[in-house]
Amino acid sequence: MIVLLALPGKTTGQFKLALSTLFLPLFGLAGAVHDASERASKSLIPRQTLVTQLDQLRRENQVLRLQLTQSEEARRENDQLRQQLGFQKQSAWKLRASRVIGRDSANWWRTLKIDFGRQDGAQLFMPVLTADGLVGRISELGMNYSQVALVGDPNCRVAAFVLETRENGVVGPSSSSAMDHTFVELILPKSSDLKVGHRVITSGQGGVFPKGILVGEILDFRNVSYGLYQEARVKLAVNANRLDEVFVKLP
Amino acid sequence: MNWLNLTVILITGWLIVFCQSALPVLSQLVGAQIDLLPALMVYASLACGVPGVLFLACVGGLGFDALSANPLGVSVASLFVVGMVIHWRRELILREERYAQHVLGAMAGATAPLITLFTLFCAGESPLVGWGTLWQFAVMTGSGAIITPIFFHLFAWFDRLLNHPVLPETSFRADREIKRGRQ
Repeated sequence: MIVLLALPGKTTGQFKLALSTLFLPLFGLAGAVHDASERASKSLIPRQTLVTQLDQLRRENQVLRLQLTQSEEARRENDQLRQQLGFQKQSAWKLRASRVIGRDSANWWRTLKIDFGRQDGAQLFMPVLTADGLVGRISELGMNYSQVALVGDPNCRVAAFVLETRENGVVGPSSSSAMDHTFVELILPKSSDLKVGHRVITSGQGGVFPKGILVGEILDFRNVSYGLYQEARVKLAVNANRLDEVFVKLP
Repeated sequence: MNWLNLTVILITGWLIVFCQSALPVLSQLVGAQIDLLPALMVYASLACGVPGVLFLACVGGLGFDALSANPLGVSVASLFVVGMVIHWRRELILREERYAQHVLGAMAGATAPLITLFTLFCAGESPLVGWGTLWQFAVMTGSGAIITPIFFHLFAWFDRLLNHPVLPETSFRADREIKRGRQ
C-alpha cells in the first residue's frame, strides 16, 4: 500500500484506469437495463397524455422561438458594441450531453462518473453544468468515462461573485457539506453587503469556469475570524443527487 | 480454505463495489454511503483465513479506490487491518452466534472508515470531514451490524449448494459386529 501511495500521480492514474475497466461490462449492463426500462415506461404512456404534452411543447416552442429572435437581435447589438469598443468577441458555448453512470463510493469525496471519456474528446478541467447551474469540473479521465469533481468537493473550488453586489469570493466545501451535499461555503471580504437570496454566479477568474454560470443562492452568512471576512452558506442550484444527465462545455 | 468459497466471496466483493457506485438509491435515502466491504471482510477472515483476507482486501480495496476519488491503495490497508485483527482472535470468536456477528460487523463497519480517514490525512489529502461525518460513521456501523449476519447466512447457503454435504461418521465397525445364530 505504501508503494502504491508513493507512486507518482500519473502512474496511479493509469492503474486506476486499468482497474476501473474491470467494471466497464457492469456499467454497460446497467446502462442497457436503464435504457430498456426507460423505453418500456415510455411505451406505457397513454396516447392522450402524449398529445397533451405535444400541444404544450408546441406552445412553449413558439414562445421560445420569439424569445430567441429577440435575444439574437440583442446579441447582434452586443457584438457590434463590443467591436466598437475593441472587446473580444464572445462565442456561443459548445456543449455535449453526457449521462451520469456512477457516484463516489466514499463518503468524503463528492464526485460523479459520466460516460464521456478521452476518446470522445474529454479533457481535464472541462466545466460540467446543467440548465439549472454549475455541477463541477472534470477531474480524472478514462477512455470511455470521466470523473467529475462536484462543486463542494475539496478538489473543486470556484471563483464566483454575488450577482446583486458584484463582490468576488471563492466557493468551497463547508463543514456542513459532509452532512448535506446541497450546501457550499462562499468566502467574501468583510465589507460585503449580503442579503439572503442573493445569487452567486461564476466570475470567470481562475480560467476553469466561464463567467455567468449560476452556482446557487445565499442561505445565510456570518462574520468569521474576528470580522476579517464573511462566510456565506450557499444553497446549490443543482442537486447532484438527482442528476441523470449533464452537459460538458467543450473548448 | 475452500477456493470455490473464496472465489464467490471475491466476486461478491467486486459486485458490491460496483453497486455502491452505480446504485446509490439507499445511500441517498439515509444521507450517507453504505459500505458493505467491511462486513464481507468479517466473513472472509473467519471462513477463508489469511489468503481470503489478503485477496478480498486487494480486490475490494483496489476496486473501491478505482471508482472513488480515494488515492489508490488507501482502502486496501483498512480492510486488511480489520480482516487480520479478526483472524488473529478467531479462536475466541463465537462465529455461529448471531449476536457475535452483529457486534463484529458493527466494529468492522466503524473501524474500516476510521483507518481510511487516518491514512488519507497521513497521505496529505483533505477529505470532506465535518459534523456530518459522525452520522456517516453511525450509518456505516449500523449497516455493518445488519449486513454481517446476512452474509453469514448467504454464504452458508452457498456452501450447502455448491459443496458436497459432510457425512456424519458412523460408529459401525465390521470387526465388532455381533453375529447371532449358529454358524
